[in-house]
Amino acid sequence: MTALEFANKIKAKFGDLISEPMEFRGEVEIKLADPEKIFDVCQYAKNIGLDYLVDICSLDNYGNDPRWTVVYHARAIVNGVEIRIKTDVSEEKSELPSVFGVWRTANWHEREVYDLMGIRFSGHPDLRRILMWEGYPYHPLRKDFPLAGKPTDLPGIAFTKVTPMEGGPFVTLPTIDDSGVREPRVRVPEGAEPAISDKRRV
Amino acid sequence: MQSTTEYGYNSKIEGDAVLTTVDAALAWFRKNSVWPMPMGLACCAIELMAVGASRFDISRFGSEVMRFSPRQADCMIVAGTVTYKAAGFLKRIYDQMPEPKWVIAMGACASTGGMYRSYATLQGVDNVVPVDIYISGCPPRPEAVLDALMKIQEKIGKEPILRDTVIAKALKLS
Repeated sequence: MTALEFANKIKAKFGDLISEPMEFRGEVEIKLADPEKIFDVCQYAKNIGLDYLVDICSLDNYGNDPRWTVVYHARAIVNGVEIRIKTDVSEEKSELPSVFGVWRTANWHEREVYDLMGIRFSGHPDLRRILMWEGYPYHPLRKDFPLAGKPTDLPGIAFTKVTPMEGGPFVTLPTIDDSGVREPRVRVPEGAEPAISDKRRV
Repeated sequence: MQSTTEYGYNSKIEGDAVLTTVDAALAWFRKNSVWPMPMGLACCAIELMAVGASRFDISRFGSEVMRFSPRQADCMIVAGTVTYKAAGFLKRIYDQMPEPKWVIAMGACASTGGMYRSYATLQGVDNVVPVDIYISGCPPRPEAVLDALMKIQEKIGKEPILRDTVIAKALKLS
């Protein structure tokens, strides 16, 4: 079964909840209108052959509503076909059902999303932070969190300080030019403000 | 009756003896058997393995006894990126090492945070433990690690051991 056939089969089952399958560069994605139904959709996707959850990603559409987009990458191991299932979650809610009951690997993926983006998963068996430590007050991949970090202190466990950016962040260019052009430099896009953390530069 | 005891060096009596101060001898023992604690946290640890392997052979400098228990180590080699989460247990491991102890910060990340200027990375391991030697490089060549080891041997060799120490008090030397 091709990716498009998988997508159409899910669409046939759930009807208006699922958007028309979108295809871009040979990759297929569908969008689920109601995040509360994500468990049922994923359960069905697994039953029709998408037996492997590659990853769960989350997007911060900062300034737009709904703020979060959660992306599930599901794959059929027999032929390597993959589709993406997306769903939007509002900032007020910041919660959707866990798919741990479908794919057990979702356990750590959901913990990562919770840790770095702050989206909770109801029904998750063990929703703890996975990279930062328990008690760290922020979710660092959110767009309103500065790259240089914020100072925190949890005596006896861990502390963080604001990182000196030294005029950075320094970024490379995606180009086939030689290393002199590619090399990491300060590249502030046109009209954008310099890094929030760097007071010396402003 | 007159004493015939000769003071000073006499090859007929002492055979193959070498005279030195106790301090220098202890320093010599100490600096030629530095037992490292390989605090491997990232890619520098791979280069540290190369230092221990036959081509570079750290045992030429008496440091081949890598100890994974801090209680048996003299010198912590911090090889790799130290995150804030890791900083806590790094400090705890350092505190468990018996005195005297030394620290080598291996590579750009351990020394300054390196290219990781972000919310998660400790900007230099000297924020939590006292560092004796910094090695530049990303990662440093094994030769640079051996050079740092020789530098730390030099430093250990110059440290006064029998001054205001427990040993000195036991020997009533100070």
